[in-house]
Amino acid sequence: MLGKISIIGGLDKDGNPEKVQRLDIAAGEVLAVVGPTGSGKTQLISDIEQYADGETLTGRTILIDEQPMDQGSEDKELRHLVAEVSQNMNFVIDMSIEEFLLMHAQVRAINNPQKTIQKVLTISNELSGEPVFPTDNLTRLSGGQSRALMVADVATISNAPVVLIDEIENAGIDRLKALKILTGQGKIVLLVSHDPTLILMARQRVIMKNGGMDKLYQTTVEEKKILEGLIGQEKHFASLRDHLRSGKRIGMKNENKEEWYRGQSFGTLSAEYQQIPGGNAQGARSEDAGETRDRDSN
Amino acid sequence: MRLVIVAGTPSSGKTSVMIHTIAHLLKNGISVAACKIDCLQTSDDERYRRLNIPVAVGLSDYICPDHFYVANLEEIERWAEEQAVEVLVLETAGLCHRCAPAVYGCLSICVIDNLIGIETPKKVGPMLSTADIVVITKGDIVSQAEREVFRHKVEIVNPHAMVLDFNGLTGKGSLRLKNEIVKSKELDSITGKELKYPMPAAICSYCAGETIVGKTYQMGNVKKVDFGRVDQCLEK
Ligand SMILES: Nc1nc2c(ncn2[C@@H]2O[C@H](COP(=O)(O)OP(=O)(O)OP(=O)(O)O)[C@@H](O)[C@H]2O)c(=O)[nH]1
Ligand SMILES: Nc1ncnc2c1ncn2[C@@H]1O[C@H](COP(=O)(O)OP(=O)(O)OP(=O)(O)O)[C@@H](O)[C@H]1O
Ligand SMILES: [Mg+2]
Ligand SMILES: [Mg+2]
Repeated sequence: MLGKISIIGGLDKDGNPEKVQRLDIAAGEVLAVVGPTGSGKTQLISDIEQYADGETLTGRTILIDEQPMDQGSEDKELRHLVAEVSQNMNFVIDMSIEEFLLMHAQVRAINNPQKTIQKVLTISNELSGEPVFPTDNLTRLSGGQSRALMVADVATISNAPVVLIDEIENAGIDRLKALKILTGQGKIVLLVSHDPTLILMARQRVIMKNGGMDKLYQTTVEEKKILEGLIGQEKHFASLRDHLRSGKRIGMKNENKEEWYRGQSFGTLSAEYQQIPGGNAQGARSEDAGETRDRDSN
Repeated sequence: MRLVIVAGTPSSGKTSVMIHTIAHLLKNGISVAACKIDCLQTSDDERYRRLNIPVAVGLSDYICPDHFYVANLEEIERWAEEQAVEVLVLETAGLCHRCAPAVYGCLSICVIDNLIGIETPKKVGPMLSTADIVVITKGDIVSQAEREVFRHKVEIVNPHAMVLDFNGLTGKGSLRLKNEIVKSKELDSITGKELKYPMPAAICSYCAGETIVGKTYQMGNVKKVDFGRVDQCLEK
């Protein structure tokens, strides 16, 4: 079982040594990778994916449980160490979800493929708004549905101990839940993100600047408090969205008991809202917040 | 000199892969020349030339590019020796999946991409199965799951090759490929070396420029469709 990976600093774009000279991420932990456009976030992820050994653009070295990777080895276990989900990825295979997942499960020698496929679909549908069915064609999925299925597959079938995630916040899936599912299994997660909620969910974050790892911060207790506030806001936001999407009206007063929802200052969910008939089912779904995909887009 | 033969389906990323890899070789002080064999036209030479290395192009025109390639190997080797380089990269067109350019004693690389479909590795045939290294590109735009399945399909066709994930845009994977080239054996001379897979014996009138359809215009090695077999299938 993989314990941790370490990044040994190299050089930034100007050839100066990186300020952060060593960084460890243990199993079950998330490292957020943040910084402006072009600062080298994707490059850092790429160094890990190719087990950099001092020879990449950045001169970084990746250690796996303190050992450098033997580049010559074609060890099948090591090959499946890293899985990736990024914003540019799409399904291109013209096949039903079920057929393809079965094929993937066979490739990964999974014992009870039918049960595993069921699990993938359940997770996937929890993450995206509109459910997909086993007989749906992969290439017909929406952007959000595809990303949700990718996360579910990476968590269940690929099952790599290290997961690299490059900006999935725009994908329109319940990203907070996605992160929970991935870390819940003791995975090491590297998360490139511009999203404050996601960044604060990580135990630590590295700030990239000019191609180098500039700062390494642990998330403080105070920041965790702010995170709770952010999550509350997102839940509120999501419930408003669900109301609008399901054809309900929004107003400041609960005049029409069936349809109107009392606007709420950001923070906690209004108790009144919970009591609105018909609002409950939607409210329960939106507890997990963060869903941003427009259901009517396809 | 080391001779590196690069084959692969059209637009799979052969030139992109080799440009990143050659850049690493040059950085290590290893001199390289590149030669592209194609049918009608190519602009790959311009891309290689940007690396400031000697570049040659061979266009087969009305001749089968794979036959043209074998018939010119000695001449290409001599050209590269005149350039006094340590590594010669020979990129072929790889249009017909029936042939494979791999030669014993050379390092042969097959470049295929994740977009060609998971059943295609089977169809690519000898070009894939005779390669020492299989480079798989365009993994950046397909899902992790598809990458894993595709790689598996490749390994079924060629269980012996080293399989390398490569991003032709960023050069991810180029260091490992460079290291494999450096590790590969030097070639004393291409003369007398053997193709890993024979090229088809199909010399017919169309090979010689015939353009009219019809039996009376056909000569030489002509093979006809066996409809008997097809009919039997339909009856079932
Ligand atoms: N997204 C992505 N695109 C790639 C990758 N590798 C190559 N490409 C693109 O694919 C196209 C074809 O690449 P080339 O390197 O010209 O391919 P080739 O095999 O040399 O093509 P021919 O010599 O014409 O057969 C170019 O537009 C490349 O930028 C990759 O890993 N990912
Ligand atoms: N240490 C480094 N030395 C040299 N070049 C670097 C270094 N780090 C990154 N680069 C190069 O800088 C460019 C931008 O980096 P990258 O794509 O990783 O940025 P990013 O932070 O992911 O940007 P975005 O937010 O736009 O996705 C790339 O071409 C990358 O290869
Ligand atoms: Mg990026
Ligand atoms: Mg080319």
